Amino acid sequence: MGEEKKGFFARLKAGLAKTRNNIVHGIDQVFSGYSDIDNDFYEELEERLIMGDIGVNATSEIMERVRESVKTLQIKVPWQCKKLLINSIKEQMQVQETAYDFENKKSVIFVIGVNGVGKTTSVGKLAYNLKASGRKVLIAAADTYRAAANDQLREWANRAGVDMISSKEGTDPASVVFDAVSAAKARNVDVLICDTAGRLHNRKNLMEELKKMNRIIDREFPDAHRENLIVLDGTTGQNALVQAKEFGSVTDLTGIILTKLDGTAKGGIAVAIQSELKVPVKYIGVGEGIEDLQKFDSNAFVNALFEVQDGEFEED
Amino acid sequence: MAFESLSDKLQNVFKNLRAKGRLTEEDVKVALKEVKMALLEADVNFKVVKQFVKSVEERAIGQDVMSGLNPGQMVVKIVHEELISLMGSDTTEMKLAPGQQTTVIMMAGLQGAGKTTTTAKIAGKLKQKSKKPLLVACDIYRPAAIEQLHINGEKQGVDVFSMGTGHKPVDIAKAALEHASKNGHNVVILDTAGRLHIDEAMMAELQEIKACITVHQTLLVVDAMTGQDAVNVAKEFNEKVGVDGIVLSKMDGDTRGGAALSVKAVTGKPILFVGMGEKLSDLEQFYPDRMASRILGMGDVLTLIEKAAENIDIDEAKEKDMMSRMKKGKFDFEDYLESMKQMRNMGGLGSILGMLPGMGIKAADLENAIDEKQMKRTEAIVLSMTPAERKNPKLLNPSRKHRIAKGAGVDIAVVNRFIKQFEQSQKMMKQFSGMGKRGFGGFPGMGGRGGRKYF
Ligand SMILES: Nc1nc2c(ncn2[C@@H]2O[C@H](COP(=O)(O)OP(=O)(O)OP(=O)(O)O)[C@@H](O)[C@H]2O)c(=O)[nH]1
Ligand SMILES: [Mg+2]
Repeated sequence: MGEEKKGFFARLKAGLAKTRNNIVHGIDQVFSGYSDIDNDFYEELEERLIMGDIGVNATSEIMERVRESVKTLQIKVPWQCKKLLINSIKEQMQVQETAYDFENKKSVIFVIGVNGVGKTTSVGKLAYNLKASGRKVLIAAADTYRAAANDQLREWANRAGVDMISSKEGTDPASVVFDAVSAAKARNVDVLICDTAGRLHNRKNLMEELKKMNRIIDREFPDAHRENLIVLDGTTGQNALVQAKEFGSVTDLTGIILTKLDGTAKGGIAVAIQSELKVPVKYIGVGEGIEDLQKFDSNAFVNALFEVQDGEFEED
Repeated sequence: MAFESLSDKLQNVFKNLRAKGRLTEEDVKVALKEVKMALLEADVNFKVVKQFVKSVEERAIGQDVMSGLNPGQMVVKIVHEELISLMGSDTTEMKLAPGQQTTVIMMAGLQGAGKTTTTAKIAGKLKQKSKKPLLVACDIYRPAAIEQLHINGEKQGVDVFSMGTGHKPVDIAKAALEHASKNGHNVVILDTAGRLHIDEAMMAELQEIKACITVHQTLLVVDAMTGQDAVNVAKEFNEKVGVDGIVLSKMDGDTRGGAALSVKAVTGKPILFVGMGEKLSDLEQFYPDRMASRILGMGDVLTLIEKAAENIDIDEAKEKDMMSRMKKGKFDFEDYLESMKQMRNMGGLGSILGMLPGMGIKAADLENAIDEKQMKRTEAIVLSMTPAERKNPKLLNPSRKHRIAKGAGVDIAVVNRFIKQFEQSQKMMKQFSGMGKRGFGGFPGMGGRGGRKYF
């Protein structure tokens, strides 16, 4: 057994080492590496997509679209597929023009997601962005669970120069939301942003708690435009799809904030979510600084998706 | 849920195989193709999957399989063995410096992986082992990271050392070591800031700490939900900083946890702990064989039992007595009260449920079934019984039941239903008494809708 194990690791390590020293131009390598569009070519293309966390299902769908187009357009050469593939994903990931309307309305932004994905940081960045564009912003510390969550958000409120409704550890987050909505109305705030505690989507009671907060916003502030953003860590694999599904059953998700794209993960799971749940990515997080939040650009996203991760995983 | 778990998937594949009886080379290939897909959907890195499937195939096709009695079982066995061997064949305990020496542990990982919480959890474990840990706040970047560590330290009853955000982490670490030796701390745990593996400056910070002080254990905390990128992260941390062990966090989610395989395969370092929840007691040892069994759908009964044993504070004699009565189906209402108390102690039932093998239980179901309100209500019913009635449920005639209903402030129908369920539970207890040797004072019939389908 020991012998075999060693063999396995040795082989794997050798493979990965090779990848590192052999950074070729990502997906281009597949396109130029084959002279015919055959099964091997398709298979390798498929592998590239899976390596980007796009997932088995969404990948099969994309591949089906590619195969169809190849047939109808009578494409014979692999590199001609490239444009086809990339454009098709770019199109799919395009954000609607109305996606950012909430920025100019009276709105409540409800920020939710599992633990550690970057909710609080994103709330800080969003507050900063909105304030910079002249909006009156209020943020609510509705994470009453995690240690020092309130202090953390307070720091962001200071950095962004916006007001905050604070809370004490262990209190009812719904009452914080209630207070925040009242304050937002009383102070004639343009945008109220609610930070919430990270919670795993399979925790039924915690999801119920989120529903309660959602109801309170609906009930207390029916005129406000609702923006419900799920924060997803760009490094997360297929579970992000389940997260989006489950959080989507608490409130109507209007968008995704995809964080940590400054790493080597490119957030390919967002493609799967878009294709299965039709929830668009609206912002991306590209660092820990207050200015490191960008509006989503499907061109840049898809380009990055294929470039980097391909080079990293070049085979032989 | 619409998503099949890896266990379900593999189970389905092998169910078909079993049904076929004898395996051809083609059968193995078809089955392994499914395995491959399942593993990919579980976020096991593509490269790791390829190697894994190849090695299983090599073993499965040919003599090994042909000599097996039941070909399907043989493949299960091979996949299982290979999974175990991939994850490390033994349970590894974290190494502590011998004798009176101080062990220095450094936590490392990406942002949001769960380092600060894990730091406090490990401290709790060490405290249980009569160590005197010191937690050190080396995250000078994330707002309120230091406060978070202080609060967690306090909850765990361990000391925390911090110097604010104005000093370099390496200097904080050095000062902490001095503080530790003066104050008799024999384990020092450095909580560091989350960082990207490609952030050269931040990686250099960890290297500097390691260059200036002796770090005995560098633990990489990896979010169990990580996707394909897990290999890059693990590889970079291991090459640049050096990793001695891995902690898998957020395993209480419903992620299929393929990252565990990837990280293990890339670093070759043992997975030491598994984070099973937000509570500071939710840290478990990692058992490769159990994990493999869990992946294959055999569940994790052993972990379940151990967890129960650890958290339940009940004296041995009483427990033994209770278990033996349970086995005979002589579980009474006193025991019921006791086990209710235990259930509360155990906390997050969802996390326990995930460990139970293919019983078709979802965490959500259980949380539904055993909601706190219902527990309170049934508790009130039991408390309205006389001690004699609790000891001998047979005494409960209609007039007594009426009195109880009044006392508990519920409808008589509720009392009747509860007692009926209780009787069913007794029966089930008898059937399932073989499940655990210790402590797990069972939850059948705990809630209104419980019992019926759970066992
Ligand atoms: N590199 C990088 N780090 C990020 C980004 N967004 C957030 N982070 C970091 O990720 C970590 C977790 O961020 P938080 O904002 O505390 O995450 P959260 O979702 O509020 O966490 P909980 O409230 O504990 O569930 C922090 O160290 C952040 O600095 C990003 O876009 N890039
Ligand atoms: Mg937060």
